[in-house]
Amino acid sequence: MYPAAFDYAKPATVAEAVSLLSANPDAKILNGGHSLLPAMKLRLAQPAMLVDIGGISELKQVSVNGGATIGAAATYDDLLKHDGLKAHTALYEAMSKVGDVQVRNRGTVGGSAAHADPAADIPAALIALGAELVAVGPNGTRTIAADDFFVDILTTALEPDEVLTEIRIPASGASSAYEKFAHPASGYAVCGVAVALERDGEGTVTNARIAVTGSVYKATRCSAAEAAITGTKATAADIEAAAAVAADGLELAGDHYASAEYRGHLTKVLTKRALTRAAG
Amino acid sequence: MAVTKLFGASIKRREDPRLMTGRANFTDDVRLPGMTSMAVLRSPHAHAKIVSIDTSAAKAMPGVVAVYTGADLIDDLAPVPCAWLVPNANLVIPEYRAVATDRVRFVGDAVAVVVAEDRYLAQDAADKIEVEYDVLPAVVDQEAATQDGAPQLYDNVPNNIAFHWELGGGDIDAAFADADVTISKRIVNQRLIPNPMETRGAVAAYNPGSGELTLWVTTQNPHVHRLLIALTTSTPESQVRIIAGDVGGGFGCKIPTYAGEMIACAIAKRLGRPVRWQEDRRENFVTTTHGRDHITQLEVAAKNDGTVTGIRVKTYASMGAHLSTAGPGVPTWLYALMLPGPYTIKNFHADVYGVLTNNTATDAYRGAGRPEATYLLERAMDLVARELKMDPVAVRSKNLVPAGEFPYTSAAGLLYDSGNYQGALAKALEVIDYAGFRAEQAKAREEGRLLGIGFSTYVEVCGLAPSAAAGAMGFQGGLWESAIVRFHPTGKVTVFTGTNSHGQGHKTTFAQVVADELGVPFEDVDIVHGDTQMVPMGMGTYGSRSLAVGGAAIVSASRMVVEKARTIAAHLMEVGVDDVTFDSGTFYVTGAPDKVKTIQEVALASYLAWNMPEGVTPGLEATYFYDPSNNVYPFGTHVCVVEVDKDTGQVAFKRYVAIDDVGYVVNPMIVDGQVHGGITQGLAQAVYESAVYDEAGQLLTGSLMDYAIPKAAMLPWFEVDRTETPSPTNVMGIKGAGETGTIASTPAVANAILDALAPYGVDHIDMPLTPQKIWRLIHEQKG
Repeated sequence: MYPAAFDYAKPATVAEAVSLLSANPDAKILNGGHSLLPAMKLRLAQPAMLVDIGGISELKQVSVNGGATIGAAATYDDLLKHDGLKAHTALYEAMSKVGDVQVRNRGTVGGSAAHADPAADIPAALIALGAELVAVGPNGTRTIAADDFFVDILTTALEPDEVLTEIRIPASGASSAYEKFAHPASGYAVCGVAVALERDGEGTVTNARIAVTGSVYKATRCSAAEAAITGTKATAADIEAAAAVAADGLELAGDHYASAEYRGHLTKVLTKRALTRAAG
Repeated sequence: MAVTKLFGASIKRREDPRLMTGRANFTDDVRLPGMTSMAVLRSPHAHAKIVSIDTSAAKAMPGVVAVYTGADLIDDLAPVPCAWLVPNANLVIPEYRAVATDRVRFVGDAVAVVVAEDRYLAQDAADKIEVEYDVLPAVVDQEAATQDGAPQLYDNVPNNIAFHWELGGGDIDAAFADADVTISKRIVNQRLIPNPMETRGAVAAYNPGSGELTLWVTTQNPHVHRLLIALTTSTPESQVRIIAGDVGGGFGCKIPTYAGEMIACAIAKRLGRPVRWQEDRRENFVTTTHGRDHITQLEVAAKNDGTVTGIRVKTYASMGAHLSTAGPGVPTWLYALMLPGPYTIKNFHADVYGVLTNNTATDAYRGAGRPEATYLLERAMDLVARELKMDPVAVRSKNLVPAGEFPYTSAAGLLYDSGNYQGALAKALEVIDYAGFRAEQAKAREEGRLLGIGFSTYVEVCGLAPSAAAGAMGFQGGLWESAIVRFHPTGKVTVFTGTNSHGQGHKTTFAQVVADELGVPFEDVDIVHGDTQMVPMGMGTYGSRSLAVGGAAIVSASRMVVEKARTIAAHLMEVGVDDVTFDSGTFYVTGAPDKVKTIQEVALASYLAWNMPEGVTPGLEATYFYDPSNNVYPFGTHVCVVEVDKDTGQVAFKRYVAIDDVGYVVNPMIVDGQVHGGITQGLAQAVYESAVYDEAGQLLTGSLMDYAIPKAAMLPWFEVDRTETPSPTNVMGIKGAGETGTIASTPAVANAILDALAPYGVDHIDMPLTPQKIWRLIHEQKG
């Protein structure tokens, strides 16, 4: 639990952070620190430099106006105080279920997204809500859809010299929910399912986004369940039918605590519960 | 009983303001001039030969003071000791070196040691040590380890069987021959990791001038440490000083003397500089002793009316890669003696194999053997009830020792001191509204919901004693306790106890007792423990013995002080000793209450010694060594109510009722805290905690991210109450309260879940009863 030696920098602007990252290829961004620092204490991560973005005030900005724009360094605790975010229920619920009070006081949505832990709650919520992630690098700013952002275990579409600056949640009017089965030790999701339903005036589902985390190696959309619920009135029977195919096509993870089979089963159960609440 | 002012009062713990505001003094807080830091390079393999070790790069690093291998330290240290030599068991103690010399036998075994100017540099250097291993096959399943052809840990321990031990009572074969029903079940009691909040640590300092070796170490028994450190480091015991300071939890895993502190002592003696070693959490998981880990074939014989006539167990106990200090005693005496439990079971037999395996050593963990026995017995009661289609409460009632039969000699030969087992059960049934619950359960089942209730009626043996019994069991020590009660000339009191609080609040409870005995203000009583230079002798804190043995010693010493003071007071008041009455801190002449001397005045007079009675020495203090005539036997009934989610297998705790009888209670709030903590750990075994190894001997649950210690939100509300049946064994009428919760709760929770699953015909699931296991059974039954 004793990290290897590292340098530390605390830039005041995004541009300064980008130039530090460009100049130090073995540098890592320090945000809330709840994933990186434990890895460093185990010497599983040995970055040569930490670039602490906690001093960049623009990254803590939050604006809610139909959609939402969340600075990458805003903590869960900050965000949970924004009542406007409750409309983006899947994200709000996912944030409220991250870790414990201490973790939520330090941890950030941006940090969770950029770390891309396969059992983290936030990636599933961002995918279900159709979020966009904004990155700033030496070549300027680009926007990445959540669908494309989570590439693999602990791997995102971010380049090493890019800084994730903000997360944008569109004003889709979707009704959403997040369901979680937490690991009793880590609190991470053994399985987590986020759903978002857009419906027309008749109550017909016009667009469904369902994303699973924990059961899989990276947050992934459940396309079979999305197809099954789209075009229906989301009755109990419709939801049952959609949930039954929720694990179809997923590459399921398993370990001694929860096998792939069990996680596949949980994916169905939680999809049903999340759809029921989102449709209710 | 003399209920006085403070006995029975829920006084807030005087320890807490200091502990909660960061003013405690743990081993890791010790800072000495010239102190070095030690890091241990540990084996990544469960079983391997060490081919070569290259420490040259590490030695060359800046800030590195020294690097040692096992070969370097072989003459400095005797093998790590085992001190419970269970007789009649063909016990073999394999040689286990503090730093491995030629072979490693578990992940975490020490291979080399770096001493540096700070802990970070030491770790950097440890990372630079090159070790070549020849990896050997490993075995972590203790039953498999005894089979021919299994990997062998030691050449002198055939089939890895370190001991084979049997204990029985009655006629077990006849019990099975005459039984109406018999039950046979293979039951695993999984390995647990104690995880005290403070990991282990040590600071060793050697004074080459005086030859004195001082060791700050986080321990439950400083004097046992003094003895074993003296023996293993070849230092005269009179020159060894152990200081425990504040100890942040132990749960049994701070009883043993470990390689870590031995190494620190050896190096401090070599270097003449203090050496600091603090285990990190990852090391704690693999190098601090684990608990439980039994595989048992349980057999039960019963009559059709529910009378249980026999219990027979064949148990394979994993000892890990070597025998820890008290290791062999745990799955033998501390386990088998309690197999008859609170019941009138006349016949029992235990057949125990202590098996060496390629994982961390096991030793005492809260309850130590007694939870393992109680779990089997309370599962047995439910299995009998299921088999005979009887109510599990009826089966228990049928078999409990009747209240009128105490003291009661159990089939194992223990003399249960006092009890009213039915009384505790009746109270629990009333609090839980048993009839009401069964009606609610029936209704819930009609709705397809899975409600369940689980009982555990238990008795346990604690306040471990007497010394002669310890000797008969092969424990290499006495089980007495010492106390010194000393008045100062100012009337303040210091009490020295050989017990060592590691969270139990002795400074509060003991001061309550002494303040009553001496009639002095609570604030004037200071309790000292944990420093062998201040407390000359002691045996320590484990087995819920501190109040029952150590507290009783303090009471006796206090009464000796009062008697000496009475003699002096009589002299000062110019009356005969028999004419002096002592009440609430004041001596007065019987019949003349205006003629008084306070005990503080007497204390001052005793130290001034200007006017002492003939033949009475100056000063006012007394020393007492107390060796009890018997153990104490707390008992009670725990009840758990759960609801199982059919879809996920998750368990929701609805209620938890604990009715314990720990005799008279000095501080109810502290006892409640002990019960809460105990239930938490026992419940955690039932549903959350498990040390899982893969076949290669790698610990898969080696961090708090993987090993599930419950958070508060994962626990039920505890409805705690008591009955009070005093123990005749000690002057206070108290029993022990440290382990009851752990012993009772595990089977109560498991029984509740299995009761909920009864509609599926499930009668046993090995612990922990995780959602996946429960779901799988439901799923399979559904077909």
